Amino acid sequence: MALEAEDQIELREGVDRETIETVQAMAGKYKHGWETEIETEYAPKGLNEGIVRLISEKNGEPQWMLDWRLAAFKRWQQMEEPRWAMLNYPEIDYQDQYYYAKPKSMAVKPKSLDEVDPKLLATYAKLGIPLKEQMLLAGVEGSDEPRKVAVDAVFDSVSVGTTFKEELKKAGVIFCSISEAVREHPELVQKYLGSVVPQSDNFFATLNSAVFSDGSFVYVPEGTRCPMELSTYFRINAENTGQFERTLIIAEKGAYVSYLEGCTAPKRDTHQLHAAVVEIVILDDAEVKYSTVQNWYPGDEEGRGGIYNFVTKRADCRGARSKVMWTQVETGSAITWKYPSCILRGDDSQGEFYSIAIANNAQQADTGTKMVHLGKNTKSRIVSKGISAGRAQNTYRGLVSMHPKATNSRNYTQCDSLLIGDKCGAHTVPYIEVKNNSSRVEHEATTSKVDDDQLFYCRSRGMDEEEAVALVVNGFCKEVLQALPMEFAMEAQSLVAISLEGSVG
Amino acid sequence: MALAQAKLDAAEARLAGLDLPKGGWSAAARADALARLRAMGLPGKRDEYWRYTDPSTLTTASPAGAALFDAGDEAPLFDGIDRVKLVFVDGVFDAAQSDDPAAAGVEFLSLAKDIHWAKGLYGVLEARGQTPVERPLAALNTAAASEGVLIHVTGSAAKPVNLIYLHQNETSDAILHHVIKLDAGAEFTLLENGPAAARFNKVLEVEVGDGARFHHIRAQGRDHERRAVTHIFARLGAESLFKSFTLTANGVLTRNEAIIELTGDDAKAHVAGAAVGDGDFHHDDTVFVTHAALRCESRQVFKKVLKNGAVGVFQGKILVKQGAQKTDGYQISQSLLLDEASQFLAKPELEIYADDVKCSHGSTSGAIDETALYYLRSRGVPLRQAQSLLVLAFLAEAIAEIEDEAIAEDIRQRLENWLARHES
Repeated sequence: MALEAEDQIELREGVDRETIETVQAMAGKYKHGWETEIETEYAPKGLNEGIVRLISEKNGEPQWMLDWRLAAFKRWQQMEEPRWAMLNYPEIDYQDQYYYAKPKSMAVKPKSLDEVDPKLLATYAKLGIPLKEQMLLAGVEGSDEPRKVAVDAVFDSVSVGTTFKEELKKAGVIFCSISEAVREHPELVQKYLGSVVPQSDNFFATLNSAVFSDGSFVYVPEGTRCPMELSTYFRINAENTGQFERTLIIAEKGAYVSYLEGCTAPKRDTHQLHAAVVEIVILDDAEVKYSTVQNWYPGDEEGRGGIYNFVTKRADCRGARSKVMWTQVETGSAITWKYPSCILRGDDSQGEFYSIAIANNAQQADTGTKMVHLGKNTKSRIVSKGISAGRAQNTYRGLVSMHPKATNSRNYTQCDSLLIGDKCGAHTVPYIEVKNNSSRVEHEATTSKVDDDQLFYCRSRGMDEEEAVALVVNGFCKEVLQALPMEFAMEAQSLVAISLEGSVG
Repeated sequence: MALAQAKLDAAEARLAGLDLPKGGWSAAARADALARLRAMGLPGKRDEYWRYTDPSTLTTASPAGAALFDAGDEAPLFDGIDRVKLVFVDGVFDAAQSDDPAAAGVEFLSLAKDIHWAKGLYGVLEARGQTPVERPLAALNTAAASEGVLIHVTGSAAKPVNLIYLHQNETSDAILHHVIKLDAGAEFTLLENGPAAARFNKVLEVEVGDGARFHHIRAQGRDHERRAVTHIFARLGAESLFKSFTLTANGVLTRNEAIIELTGDDAKAHVAGAAVGDGDFHHDDTVFVTHAALRCESRQVFKKVLKNGAVGVFQGKILVKQGAQKTDGYQISQSLLLDEASQFLAKPELEIYADDVKCSHGSTSGAIDETALYYLRSRGVPLRQAQSLLVLAFLAEAIAEIEDEAIAEDIRQRLENWLARHES
């Protein structure tokens, strides 16, 4: 994190810059809570068939897409909201939301980034996401070999723009908004959409299937290593508006792609709904890395406002020797309900899940993963670090399932929880289902508080308590932070400190 | 809604087939339990708490039959232990076959007797154990049981009490409800064994006073066809000790629930189980330990050895309430799958609301360690024997929870015999 000039302070003897930066990072509250003043066009409030038709029409979709949405909507009306998670929140009024919001300046789709409303570009610049191709993501300026990252920026219900499209096209990679993909690459979308997360998968995924407005689409052709990292940045701006994005990633045989996802929202007193679906299809020998830094507005200390985040993410390792790696840093949202999963269908396929979930103040997180082993010799690894502070509740919920045919498979799960303060909670709810004997499953979980000896050591070296806690917590999360791409690792590390701000003493 | 109604209907159908006891000292407690049951209904397989075990054969109006089992020339378990035997035949107390309970040095009453000290205890812990998870089969037991023992331990008991459950009727449906109260500083050992009935529903409520020590060792018959659901509800006072070990060797369906509440500071609760299953065997250990006081320790150690399609289930939970600081909670569930057909299903949970605690759980599943097997064979141990040796070593951690060495040896011997019979 680069320091702003006014934040520069003199270095004390024996304290290095990193420490100061950590402290400064902690001093800041939620940094992305501002709002962009921009004229927005809304669909009427509430949800009905008309709204579903309207969203489809706004996106200029073909009939099959509309039919697909309507089928989902019909199904959703018969479904009940799941309540099994350890989350306590008032009933959501699905009619008291806007399901579509779009900046007026986006009424005519800009042909290139140069035509995009400067206000929107400024929004992303302020968030540290430059939408200009010559610029690079903050935090990597000093590195010897500048790395390019292509960005798809989603603002409320629409994609504002996608960078490096041409360069990616040369490599054969398709990276665009899903609405564009429905129009431009219908054969791919029709083939894969809903093939990993079916329309009627669960309440929130079904809602998403009916009303998703935008999201990203990635197609990496056979034998192609995507020349740069791809990233989508989601920003909720409009009030009382739900965001429902849908992401579809397809890695053909032997392909490789690393995908990053970031999300923020303004501070508001009311809760906002976010229900996303991510589907990943991975064929023979292909590999997908999916990293998320989820930093939606978490609400204030009293639990007012914040995003309700209900997300369905699933990767289908269809091909032999395919591989997926989910890495997530969950620091935001008032409510998090999210279980990125791996279906290990291909023989010798691999799934990995690395997660840091931080809940402070009144936040509640119920998150984890599912590893469904169907193919032979499949491997999975789960490393989950949960941190609770304030009055927060943090739950790891996961499933490891070894199918009778998934012989010689292997799973290792480690979930550790750290409690900071005596009013928070940390919970572990693993499901382990082993249906063959040649597979080995190991699950370990621990719960502890910040170690007094470690704190004492840090404090005796001149750190105050918050600094010391941040350092210990960063150490606790290290295994997961190391799994993140570098750009994200730096952001995540400082986020860990910010999220815990005010939790000590 | 339809599901909820089906559960209520199942409860009514079950009750219709029962001859509920009337009047007597426990009438009010039974009426309460009946109301609880009628509000909850009986469990169905869609219930999260019955995710891995289908309760349908435990809830039907009448039980499926179970052939009587001949133990052959194997001596009865605990035969070498100096104990007081109390015999139940298909769930009915048999005074003629039983010893004089007075020899145990405890106050003893039968549930059927009128007027006694258990009035404020019967059904109380069961009712407390209904939240946060519903246990309708335990409520059914409290409402319907007409047999059981009530044991009040005022000091150190002279001898262990051994409840022996004989099964002599192929379609018996037994319901037993025991209440044990240990006064402050008392010590008592309870032994239980035998198949009991074609279908068996048992509740054991144990109130462990401050500084008291309770030991419980049971063996659930062997190789017979019975179905059983058992509940232990225990409440522990300050500095008390509760230890329970269960050996299960076959049986078509067994669901053992233990609901333990540590309410006094510095109390210790250890629950352990060793289960061996061959063939048509479904064994479920469901444990719920609540830490509600300072510096308490709990251990759950469950080991299962499964072959020929046997299914092992473990659902364990450690709940640490706010303020229960310095808790030390440990839980391990492991299974050894001896062939491709067997299954292990586990849900080991932690729910923690206090920060200064040390809680951990582990769960593993896999086949016999090939390297260990190879080592033994390279030392000249035949394959079958090497396997049995490794299986016993695997189960040792659970058996180690039995404090009395003679009893532990008896259990170990049973296991060896069983393994020898099921080697192929």
